Amino acid sequence: MTIKVYIPRDSASISLGADKVARAIAFEAARRGATIELVRNGSRGMFWLEPMVEVSTPEGRVAYGPVKPDDVAELFEADFLYGGQHHLNLGLTEDIPYFAKQQRLTFARVGITDPVSIDDYLAHDGYRGLANALKMTPADIVEEVTTSGLRGRGGAAFPTGIKWRTVLGAQADQKYIVCNADEGDSGTFSDRMIMEGDPLVLIEGMTIAGLAVGATMGYIYLRSEYPYAEVALNEAIAAANARGYLGDDILGSGKTFHLEVRRGAGAYVCGEETSLLESLEGKRGMVRFKPPLPALEGLFGKPTVVNNVISLASVPIILDQGGANYQEYGVGRSRGTLPFQLAGNIKYGGLVEAAFGLSIRELLYDFGGGSRTGRPIRAVQIGGPLGAYVPESQFDLPLDYEELGKNDAMLGHGGLVVFDDTVDMAQMARFGMEFCAIESCGKCTPCRIGSTRGVEVIDRMVEGKDRPKQVILLRELCDTMLSGSLCALGGMAPFPVLSALNHFPEDFGLAEPADKAA
Amino acid sequence: MNSTQPAWDRDTVLGIIDALKHKPGALMPILHGIQDSIGYVPPDSVPLMAEALNLSRAEVHGTITFYHHFRTTPPGRHKLEICRAEACQAMGANRLVAHARKTLGVDFHETTADGAISLEAVYCLGNCACSPAVMVDGELLGSVSQESFDELVGTLRSQP
Repeated sequence: MTIKVYIPRDSASISLGADKVARAIAFEAARRGATIELVRNGSRGMFWLEPMVEVSTPEGRVAYGPVKPDDVAELFEADFLYGGQHHLNLGLTEDIPYFAKQQRLTFARVGITDPVSIDDYLAHDGYRGLANALKMTPADIVEEVTTSGLRGRGGAAFPTGIKWRTVLGAQADQKYIVCNADEGDSGTFSDRMIMEGDPLVLIEGMTIAGLAVGATMGYIYLRSEYPYAEVALNEAIAAANARGYLGDDILGSGKTFHLEVRRGAGAYVCGEETSLLESLEGKRGMVRFKPPLPALEGLFGKPTVVNNVISLASVPIILDQGGANYQEYGVGRSRGTLPFQLAGNIKYGGLVEAAFGLSIRELLYDFGGGSRTGRPIRAVQIGGPLGAYVPESQFDLPLDYEELGKNDAMLGHGGLVVFDDTVDMAQMARFGMEFCAIESCGKCTPCRIGSTRGVEVIDRMVEGKDRPKQVILLRELCDTMLSGSLCALGGMAPFPVLSALNHFPEDFGLAEPADKAA
Repeated sequence: MNSTQPAWDRDTVLGIIDALKHKPGALMPILHGIQDSIGYVPPDSVPLMAEALNLSRAEVHGTITFYHHFRTTPPGRHKLEICRAEACQAMGANRLVAHARKTLGVDFHETTADGAISLEAVYCLGNCACSPAVMVDGELLGSVSQESFDELVGTLRSQP
């Protein structure tokens, strides 16, 4: 009997040696005459266990990890193909607490299926959402997404259904679906994991979006830092085309939807939707003024849906199980689930999909197990380089768009970057301004010039030159950037800076809270 | 052709432009095509793209220089990118960067004297649970230590 052995093709797993382990297992199996089928799946998202190898047994899939090439011969000796005992044996994968405690909706198939196999996708409830959507009117599809309460997962949290309704109502000879796959925020990798681990769910979501608003062409704007995702997406798109799930006549319905991957070129600002559209048009990624909204005048001047990867990848399950079911998860106005990402100095780093409302502390300690270095966690940056640094005193806040917003923090794309007590928060604040200066598109003055002045002011503060005056200056500068920038890059770069100053004044050489010192 | 610039294969570049110029927003795919093929975007190829796409040379030049990914000089034999973003900083990326600068004797956007390695900064490789991260010729590496970095550099120097 052929035994299925799973080894991730996820780039993080490969970065820890998954390809070498796959080769070693194939070699050792051939040498011993064992018949195995090697499946390169996505990652389950428990990166401290990668490369994690799974084998199918009658009881379920048994996991081993982290596996090094040198462990392979020993694993065969221990009969791992039949779930044999070995010190790397982790038991049934789905019983591992980190995994078992999650609520996986968007990531339901990631780590389970062969990412580019249509048959595997269909066998695990794939394309059920599309089948339903093909029987619905565009307005009904939009209504279902509105009912779900889904809000843009890229960070802005704008209701997806409302965006779609605007595009549906616009009159034009051509409309577009654009997927924002420019996942540039440090500490986030959920888009990448979907694209490498279940690209078909993104393709299905974009196809449904096309049906909903009357768009026949879609582009995935993928950052150039993700070459593995590009390979997986293109393989999956080819498979979908070959089986009639994309193309001129989707499943014989007469509906058309084409999809193409376009590569970015290392500009953080191209994650901003209008800058992304400029880049797709072949120009410098300069931010556009709004209005007009992209929903009315977007790509090549046509009505365009621009949605993040996770937003679009959440659509199939909404159309499959209903918007009402999806919105039962979550708290307040944050409905559904979010794939949280635990990153940086964390013992058990990885992906945790759960309903909104989990506390920061639960994620950091119940899932994350504290810092990787074993030292106390001092600060967590949530929501990428434009997100605030959150101190220990706020770790009991629930992860919910509104609750974090009320506390001058933001959830963004759901990434948590953990720092232990060796972090120098003045240097992190300086980096926040430096990053903004490097990545500014240059169109508006507060961002272009303000960020450079910000670096200088923080440098003077750290050097101890007239500190109280520098604090006033930095706050005024941040205020100008917050109020006067054209997009979120300059408009939010002050968040990490001000949060560092407010919560960790001692790192700036200020004895008491920064407000009083000023 | 400007004699101060290294020679490049004009036909290869023209072939790439021809194959892609019909695409909507063709400039980015063309720039990637050229850099993927010959390692950089030669400044002398700018007029070719401008003419094919009915753009000004300034527009093409502006696009090339806007993006960190595109380079206008030939790269070293290997491209070594070190992540400088926050998650990697939380695990000592700044120490790794200092170590790389010192041992390679170059700064970011420079190539080692033996032509083996071009050092580049990158802001997030999406490997934030396995920091610090590095990318070598498009291959991702995680949890990189100074020791494994030195080993990697040794391998790269010995490779053609």
